Amino acid sequence: MNMQVDALKQPQNQVARMLLEVKDLSVAYGKVEALSNASLCVGEGQIVTVIGPNGAGKTTLLSAIMGVLGSRGQVHFDGSLEAVPEVEVLVGRGLGLVPEKRELFASMSVADNLLLGAFQRHRRGDRSHGQTLQEVYELFPRLWERRDQLAATLSGGERQMLAVGRALMAKPKLLMLDEPSLGLAPLITREIFRIIGALRQQGVSILLVEQNARAALRVADYAYVLETGQIAMQGPARQLADDPRVIEAYLGLASKHQEMLAS
Amino acid sequence: MNFQIAMLLGQDGVTNGAIYALLALSILLVFTVTRILLIPQGEFVTYGALTMATIQAGQPTALVWLLLGLSVLDCACDLYAAARSSHGFRFPRRIPLKLGYALLMVALIKTLPLAELPMAFQVLLTLCLVVPLGPQIYRLVFQPIASASVLVLLIVSIAVHVTMVGIALLLFGPEGARTRPFSEAGLELGPVTFNSQTLWVIAVSLALIVGLFLFFERSLYGKALRAAAVNRLGARLMGISPTLAGKATFLLATFIGTLSGILIAPITTLYFDSGFVISLKGFVGAIIGGLVSYPLAALGALGVGLIEAFSMFWASTYKEIIVFTLIIPFLLWRSLASRHVEEEE
Ligand SMILES: Nc1ncnc2c1ncn2[C@@H]1O[C@H](COP(=O)(O)OP(=O)(O)OP(=O)(O)O)[C@@H](O)[C@H]1O
Ligand SMILES: [Mg+2]
Repeated sequence: MNMQVDALKQPQNQVARMLLEVKDLSVAYGKVEALSNASLCVGEGQIVTVIGPNGAGKTTLLSAIMGVLGSRGQVHFDGSLEAVPEVEVLVGRGLGLVPEKRELFASMSVADNLLLGAFQRHRRGDRSHGQTLQEVYELFPRLWERRDQLAATLSGGERQMLAVGRALMAKPKLLMLDEPSLGLAPLITREIFRIIGALRQQGVSILLVEQNARAALRVADYAYVLETGQIAMQGPARQLADDPRVIEAYLGLASKHQEMLAS
Repeated sequence: MNFQIAMLLGQDGVTNGAIYALLALSILLVFTVTRILLIPQGEFVTYGALTMATIQAGQPTALVWLLLGLSVLDCACDLYAAARSSHGFRFPRRIPLKLGYALLMVALIKTLPLAELPMAFQVLLTLCLVVPLGPQIYRLVFQPIASASVLVLLIVSIAVHVTMVGIALLLFGPEGARTRPFSEAGLELGPVTFNSQTLWVIAVSLALIVGLFLFFERSLYGKALRAAAVNRLGARLMGISPTLAGKATFLLATFIGTLSGILIAPITTLYFDSGFVISLKGFVGAIIGGLVSYPLAALGALGVGLIEAFSMFWASTYKEIIVFTLIIPFLLWRSLASRHVEEEE
């Protein structure tokens, strides 16, 4: 038992090859530090999740890795150090982010939104995005039905699908998802998580930020718990799901809720 | 007023209106993508017209030194950025290209028999000289402050305008200039004769508008520019850099401005400071489009041209006043309409 606790205290995310390594990343909004010395790793082919309460700094973490926000610390992606992460460079090298606010091109059609997802590939001379477009439409048949509709007129769930689909169009090596199940009905949430699992099969690594800790821990290989800007716990997802502190803080209520629903 | 005069005024109005429409479209484009109100847009018109006139007069235009100077500054900025880069110093391969281009232009201007060149070649040369200024100005002036507020961008834009007018006086002198029309023959249709340059202006404007439409609706790069205008962060996440989008829109705007200048130079005498009022009328068109709608802006600008032509007939001294007073009801209407939108949200 003691050994297990020690293993939780000094865990290591062991994989063959690291895709993303973040060391001591800090972000401050003015004087308030929203993220302090966060370190995490995502290995090739892994699903890693970051859970934590509202305002813990999860969105801040993803934005800083992507270079949308200024930060201190180190970000290694795919073998090279990004002293100052730059969005456009990172996108070109295979990092994708589905931001919390989705940031769709509201006044453009679904098809155009998807097409623009492949912009960086097109610029580098890769003309195979038709194939990827087909795959995305297979993954989200709903988007195919609505391909000529303006993004602004989509329902919340469809918007989510479009955001994920658009990010996939870039064929990222690592996809960072910020609360992909936000505001979705349980059935669609399950579908989203099924797709996350399917993406891994296709060789996409995933860094997943979720409020739905139960589902996130089930699909992930490794997990981090972020509290008030700091990594409070980490470990293999299955181990964390059994940790009493995690159960109490993040799974307890939800399980009660589910029992209520079941009865 | 009889039919013939009305036709003549209409012709004038449509010609000017077409140019205003082009300027309105480029002002709108630059504003939606970069949030910069491009006050110096009119300067590109005068630079185009006056450079064309200088070339036709067979003089080596001094504008080429401005191009060389800005290219050197541009390269210096590139070098500085490369030296500060976190990935270690890598010599930017664009530098020899940029400097080479500017030097080639100097060589061409110094050696070619400018006055004897065919008209099409003179037009091409003028475009090659003036159009690169746009992206360079973006690089040197606006890129470092790209995330500043709209007000700051506006103030800087006015500063660029004033500077460019001053430089125009230096480069082209205080005299006005006209160029030769593209072709001599007019088109006679019953009682009215269409001026050949009028037809050129209308044809080229239409072609440009159709070209712009196809570019923005069909091509991926056009869509990328629209995306950068709709959602900056979303565009960045797709790898569409705001810097690139900014330079591309400035390139387009400068191209449109310069070409407009070349087009109207045979029918209007332009001075070093004529650009402002011309672009202001394009701006009125853009305002009528609410700084969002391209078709409305183009139509508005066309209306400005027509009203200007007819008010010239009825009350020529009040022509500008009438045109610029026109903007007030539209501003009122726009501000009332937009308040409603905000309340709904
Ligand atoms: N632009 C900003 N300026 C000031 N404070 C900010 C800004 N953005 C975020 N914060 C603060 O930083 C903290 C972390 O925010 P963040 O959005 O990263 O949380 P989160 O973990 O994603 O929360 P949620 O689960 O609710 O999405 C919060 O306290 C938030 O109020
Ligand atoms: Mg968040």
